Amino acid sequence: MLDLREYQSLGEALRAALERWPDEVCLIEADRERENARLTYSQFKHAALPLAGALQHAGFQSGTRAAIIMTNQSKWLVSAYAIFFCGGVLVPLDYKLTVAEQLQLLAHSKAEFLIVEYHLWRAITQAEGFKRLAARIVLVTEAPANADLAGAKRWEEFVDAREPVFVPRNRQDPACIVYSSGTGGRPKGCVLRHENYLEQCMALTSLYPFSPGVRYLSILPTNHAIDFMIGFIGPFTCGAAVVHLRTLRPEYIREAFTRYKITYMTLVPMVLKNLERGLRQRFADLPKGRRRMLNALISTNRALTRRRPNLKLSRTLLGQVHEAFGGELRAFFVGGAFTEPSTLQFFYDLGIPVGNGYGCTEAGTVITVNDFKPFRADTVGKPLPGMEVKILAPDAEGIGEVAVRGKTIMSKYIDDPEMTAQTIVDGWLMTGDLGRIDATGHLQLFGRKKNMIVTEEGKNIYPEDIENAFEGLAVKEFCVFAANYLWPARSLVGEQLVIVLHPEAGQAISQELIGNVADRNRRLLNYKRISGYLSWDRDFPLTASLKIKRGELAEQIRASVERSAVVPL
Amino acid sequence: MGSLQNTTDEVLRLAAEHFKVPREQLTPDDDFFKKLGINSLQALDLLTRIEHHFKIELPDYELQGVSDFRTLAERIQLRL
Repeated sequence: MLDLREYQSLGEALRAALERWPDEVCLIEADRERENARLTYSQFKHAALPLAGALQHAGFQSGTRAAIIMTNQSKWLVSAYAIFFCGGVLVPLDYKLTVAEQLQLLAHSKAEFLIVEYHLWRAITQAEGFKRLAARIVLVTEAPANADLAGAKRWEEFVDAREPVFVPRNRQDPACIVYSSGTGGRPKGCVLRHENYLEQCMALTSLYPFSPGVRYLSILPTNHAIDFMIGFIGPFTCGAAVVHLRTLRPEYIREAFTRYKITYMTLVPMVLKNLERGLRQRFADLPKGRRRMLNALISTNRALTRRRPNLKLSRTLLGQVHEAFGGELRAFFVGGAFTEPSTLQFFYDLGIPVGNGYGCTEAGTVITVNDFKPFRADTVGKPLPGMEVKILAPDAEGIGEVAVRGKTIMSKYIDDPEMTAQTIVDGWLMTGDLGRIDATGHLQLFGRKKNMIVTEEGKNIYPEDIENAFEGLAVKEFCVFAANYLWPARSLVGEQLVIVLHPEAGQAISQELIGNVADRNRRLLNYKRISGYLSWDRDFPLTASLKIKRGELAEQIRASVERSAVVPL
Repeated sequence: MGSLQNTTDEVLRLAAEHFKVPREQLTPDDDFFKKLGINSLQALDLLTRIEHHFKIELPDYELQGVSDFRTLAERIQLRL
């Protein structure tokens, strides 16, 4: 791999990688049973440089912000490299956000260039707010030949044959603005510097080495901090290959393992659980004798790998299972949300270790990860090399807020010094998560101090962000909370959102009102929906600027009613 | 090309078969996540079955924001 200590920026490191391994495959894009693209490092360079040239010709300068809204595909990475080559700041936006949310973040980021997939572009341009954006150049990928792009340009034709000029950046310059939340109210745009990414990449690859020949299966969207690091920067700076799969369908994921001989893959708990469910079913369907033999082999593997994984041994004992995953799989990584220890143990016992980690965008992705020395299904692992983790104000059981410090921590939230000051205190990032560090240095998580939930799909949902969906509700006031914030629970499983309804004086909570709440709720994406409502008969405490004092209201609710008062929707 | 009504009926039949629930328990306006107790991956699995049945290709993003059978049938109808 490259020695990243020698590089100042992501653009510089990626540029060196493209020169170092010209003939190695770096990127494969698969869609179902089709293969859309296969690029060597040299071909990747020749795909990106004409784009970089065209960007520069169009006025792209050092520090220019460019947003990408695309599904998981090769053009995402080609575009990102071109932006870094030109010294730009990348704004990766979640393609699953609603149009209104995307427009809000585009406006907040002040991105001057936008690279967007055709079907997403069609939706965005229909919105009124699109015309008011700062974006002066819009590049649309995969537009049909006869499509009228109304002033936008075709990504595929946006090329310039002249040699682009590489624009150096230094380690302290911003590399990306990544939005961790805030679509409904106060956007939280994390400014991550080149140093944050380079240091994170060094730390991760010291634990999980990538090299030429290693193939990483990418199914998470690349805008997601985990995939950006482990499915782009990590493999590319080590000469490895990324296999993009443009579908999350379980059957195609299974096929990709064997077709591409996958080495590593990152997934969210929901996908891991789905794989577990499928395997358990296949095991259960085996004839009794074979099932008994398989169970004995699993028990043997478990006993022999108790201290640390032994891939060779596991592949020998459980050959068929490993063949079903292509025979080259070394480990899964899982993060983004809580994973049940039983699921982690299930795969470990099959000889497929799962690097269970914990992190957040503000920390530059990963904070802790399991190092398998030995495997601990009940924890989220140890701090990455270079990362300091401490527990603030621990209670009698040693549980308190997790604070972290290191070279991967973001510099600030863009345009929000107040929230930055609340989040980074004396150089320590306050995560808002509750945890404990055990005697062996492993971090265990127990819940959250902050008002948010994380779904099993790895989505962080902030209640403030979905309140827009309930604007105009026929009540005096309302507020959405994470149920575990109102009634603290030492659990990260099945987190739910609750809407607190305060009707006008004399007004009852009618069926019509609840029907209206349910209708609006149904229009939200399924993982953003509230689970129940709570009737409240007192005025909400407000600030001088008439904003709800959420913490104070939560305290009042907690002191007055039990969680059982929540009525399911 | 069949009518939207036919497409909706077929989608309901396929969902009932796929998730092993009685067909008569499902209606076009049901929120399938809630009614079937499934997550988005399981819904994608159903989408694959639907694709094979109608001999069409529906990208994953077509399911985004869709949670009832009627809207799903409308998305399919557009591609028939």
